[in-house]
Amino acid sequence: MDSSIDFKKSIIDTILAGLMALVLFGPIVGIVLDGYDFNTEYSRVAWLVAIVMVGRFGFSCFLQSSKGKEMLFRRSSGDAGGVIVTAPGYKSKMVWIVPIVIVVGLLVPFIASKYVLTVVILGLIYVLLGLGLNIVVGLAGLLDLGFVGFYAIGAYGLALGYEYLDLGFWSMLPIAAILAALAGAILGFPVLRMHGDYLAIVTLGFGEIIRLILNNWAEVTHGPNGVSAPLPSFFGLEFKRRVADGTTFHDYFGISYDSGFKYMFIYLILFIVVLLVLHIKKRLVKMPIGRAWEALREDEIACRSLGLNHVLVKLSAFMMGASVGGIAGVFFATYQGFVNPSSFTFLESALILAIVVLGGLGSTVGVVIAAFGLTVLPELLREFSEYRILMFGILMVVMMIWKPRGLVRVTRTGFATRKGALK
Amino acid sequence: MDIVLQQLVNGLTLGSVYGLIAIGYTMVYGIIGMINFAHGDVYMVSAYITAIVVALLSYFGIESFPIIIVGTLFVTIAITGAYGWAIEQIAYRPLRNSSRLAALISAIGMSLILQNYVQISQGARQQGIPNLLSGAIRIDIGDGFVQLTYMKLLILLVAFVSMGVLTYIIQKTKLGRMCRATQQDPKMASILGINTDRIISIVFVIGASMAAVAGVLITIDYGAFDFYVGFIIGIKAFTAAVLGGIGSLPGAMLGGLILGISESLFAGLISSDYKDVFSFSLLVIILIFRPSGLLGKPEVEKV
Repeated sequence: MDSSIDFKKSIIDTILAGLMALVLFGPIVGIVLDGYDFNTEYSRVAWLVAIVMVGRFGFSCFLQSSKGKEMLFRRSSGDAGGVIVTAPGYKSKMVWIVPIVIVVGLLVPFIASKYVLTVVILGLIYVLLGLGLNIVVGLAGLLDLGFVGFYAIGAYGLALGYEYLDLGFWSMLPIAAILAALAGAILGFPVLRMHGDYLAIVTLGFGEIIRLILNNWAEVTHGPNGVSAPLPSFFGLEFKRRVADGTTFHDYFGISYDSGFKYMFIYLILFIVVLLVLHIKKRLVKMPIGRAWEALREDEIACRSLGLNHVLVKLSAFMMGASVGGIAGVFFATYQGFVNPSSFTFLESALILAIVVLGGLGSTVGVVIAAFGLTVLPELLREFSEYRILMFGILMVVMMIWKPRGLVRVTRTGFATRKGALK
Repeated sequence: MDIVLQQLVNGLTLGSVYGLIAIGYTMVYGIIGMINFAHGDVYMVSAYITAIVVALLSYFGIESFPIIIVGTLFVTIAITGAYGWAIEQIAYRPLRNSSRLAALISAIGMSLILQNYVQISQGARQQGIPNLLSGAIRIDIGDGFVQLTYMKLLILLVAFVSMGVLTYIIQKTKLGRMCRATQQDPKMASILGINTDRIISIVFVIGASMAAVAGVLITIDYGAFDFYVGFIIGIKAFTAAVLGGIGSLPGAMLGGLILGISESLFAGLISSDYKDVFSFSLLVIILIFRPSGLLGKPEVEKV
């Protein structure tokens, strides 16, 4: 391949890109509205245009090099996707890491400061959400943009269940999972006939409907003011400083009160639930239903023509994913002690989707890492929080162009017939 | 009775604007078979550019309404069209050969980028522009009356003129013929010498321009907006596009009008708190019972 670089072409590209950037960024970035008046910010525009021009020049030169041409060729030849299938009986060499993670995970609440613990809890909640959505999007290939609706059902389930029915954390945990799964089924039925984009929009609408109802049905949900949610109890022992009836945790064990206890406790339950969900998911993927999900993701029409009941397969994915979302909602409510509709906007759905996309569609390890990366990092880098959503957006676009299957590629173990099974 | 008529008039103007935005969805869907998720945010960008142009014009001492509206339309269409072009270049073109899911996710990413980019540049608070055109026509009917503001009249006029121009372009001009050919069969069209990549770009630009017209009209009429306006109006315009039959140009206009009128009536007669719930539920119901919409063709699954 010819690898000489045509600089004239690159420079023309660069100038055009710069002009385009000026048109795009000039008005919005350069002229900031201030009431009916405006202020000008020329330097920001100049920086942006300069960055675009430098980037375009570099990119243009790169594309003309032999490596760039190779990349272009690969891109034009289609999506090199698919799942890597390992040999039958393949055992991962990384098994030793699981006990280490479990031990470290169990030790975290006893060594981490209260602040770190709260951040880690938030991270774990997003791990749960990511795992739930990963079943729907990653495994079954159904793009669900209203996942936050199930999260809201779980969270409001706990808060409203406590207020009206006197249900506590422990009874609500399974009920929320069932409620969310039912909502998933209700949503699932109408959307079974749709694919890709339609499904995305309908689920988006569904998430918004739930949020709007929570916001507007003020007699029941208290509207934008929100509802308070109860803390979990340790076999009936409360984690509050003092309670009207019953015993508090610190009195029973004769230790002094610490507001960190409740977070330690929530963390431990959450950690166990996450491990449980991870385990269940690992088993499910190996079961026929998991294989059906993945087959449906790769090619729906082929699946149907092979006799797979796509209704059942899609519904089960929706319900399974939704119930995990509902559980995450219960944890979120008890962790915050309070829920209001502003926690369940489309942005939240987009964040969960970003976790799944970054982690890799269908990959478990990837989702866990991505969930921590996308929730804990911005929390620790508070000064960049303004740019958080911008980063998510850029990440989603870049990931789709560069690695549409996510950072961690999905592998699945191959099958061999059991010895003596076929005679 | 007059409340119904008043809501009908309001719904007609609202619906014509929905129709304008729905054109963007419908054309893009028709040509590449994907929903342009960032389209609502293109509308939002046009609202900001409208306010910026109005502020600039008033800074230079231009107060005459016709100059303002023509100038704003001209500049906003140009810049918003550039946004449409850029979205296609960044979020869709590199993904032409990959899965639909990938393209959809990158479009969602683009939508987040636009929202946050405007929020960072312009601040999160609500913005507004002064009232530029006041006054109304009062039509007496029986005991009551219906009020039609000049601005609403202008919205109807501009919306229908731009729809008419667009229909003319698509039906009669060479460019329109190329668009329709690409929509029918992109591969065949490119064999016959149509630069389909360019046509796809042009369709994105046309869609964005229509959203820009809607943005100018609504912003001048309503006066207030923030970086989040594109989201709700985007879903509603999409509902309109689906209602009329996605991929069909007259369908988008019809769907917009039906949605606008029914939403206004719902808000006026039943509850204005739940009017968004109404629109979203309508979307779900249409998709269940008639996914191809009123004027759309049923989709055939190809293996």
